[in-house]
Amino acid sequence: MSIVMHWQDWLALLGQYMMLSLLSISGAITTVPEMHRFLVTDHSWLSDAQFSSSIAIAQAAPGPNVLFVALMGWNVGLNAGGGIEAGPHAWLLGMLGLATTMIGILLPSTTLTYLATRWGHRNRSRREVRAFKQGLAPIVVGLLIATGWILVSGNHAGDRPAWHLWLLSGIAALIVWRTRIHLLWLLGAGALLGALGFV
Amino acid sequence: MQSALPNTAPATERPRPESPRDLFVSFNWLALQGFGGVLAVVQRELVEKKQWLTPDEFIEDWAVAQVMPGPNVINLAMMIGDREFGLRGALAALAGMLAVPLCVILVLAVLYAHFAAVPQVAAALRGMGAVAGGMIAAIGIKLVPQLRKHPLGFAVCLVGVLLVFLAIAVLHIALGWVLLVVGGTFCLWTWRRIEA
Repeated sequence: MSIVMHWQDWLALLGQYMMLSLLSISGAITTVPEMHRFLVTDHSWLSDAQFSSSIAIAQAAPGPNVLFVALMGWNVGLNAGGGIEAGPHAWLLGMLGLATTMIGILLPSTTLTYLATRWGHRNRSRREVRAFKQGLAPIVVGLLIATGWILVSGNHAGDRPAWHLWLLSGIAALIVWRTRIHLLWLLGAGALLGALGFV
Repeated sequence: MQSALPNTAPATERPRPESPRDLFVSFNWLALQGFGGVLAVVQRELVEKKQWLTPDEFIEDWAVAQVMPGPNVINLAMMIGDREFGLRGALAALAGMLAVPLCVILVLAVLYAHFAAVPQVAAALRGMGAVAGGMIAAIGIKLVPQLRKHPLGFAVCLVGVLLVFLAIAVLHIALGWVLLVVGGTFCLWTWRRIEA
């Protein structure tokens, strides 16, 4: 895929991600539908396949989930340079795209969080700050369990029995809850069971 | 929860990061273990292994990291870094979360076309995803006993946990609404319960 990007387009890309950054309560993943509209539908800077593979690779790779944003920028840059086969010129534009989307998605939210949490920490003995943090504790626990649930249910391949997947997740949850075994062993076991065709 | 009270214990009693460099290296190592999200590893490494945070502090900090815009684990890393070493610490933690994982993911993206054609690779990723989901749910279950000390009482907290789970996982209500309605109610209720 090959596209043309002018400097106004780069600025528009930066501006869009800076705006999404402030909207990304509970993580950048909640703004994915908006990114799809902007990059694929409105501007055709990415193909649908590039868009969804950016998310899939980031989910499978180690590191924070927000790195899918880096891959989107990388792919936009590659497209602007005429594709990955076009050589170093395209790679440089890929890096520019990566920097644009990552700075856009991180700068506003991290600045805001930095200032707000500083204030909160200085005033941590105030009644409203304590009420805010403690009041949210049950919400956080519920959210964690729900996040795990959603991750598992979104992972089902049509040709395998669903209970295999839930059994694997349930056993993994039980082991993490009850033991202190290193998490990489569990992930490795999951990968092996997957490759052997269990899930 | 006791940790919300002004902390008078001497600071030397608990482990803490030694330097911004320690933060950078620790968070890089931590992020690299986090397949399908870093959250499960964060709790395991920071609370259980390094003990930079108590379980109570983890819940509270995670709540704040969650309501602020931006990636949760990055918010949390910055909060810890800032508390220990100010802006330098926050930047070291941020860079730690991103530096090596960013390089890894670029390599993966370049290799992707080659790997994607092999069905076993996709299936292996699916297996890892199932395990990752179970891991995150387990972290939530592990934190349930912490709610026994909550000002609203254990039973009320369990109802809150259940409400959030149903709203998000079953009814698929947008998180913003859940935080506003359920979270807002619990914050106000807690505010009325605790003394000034």
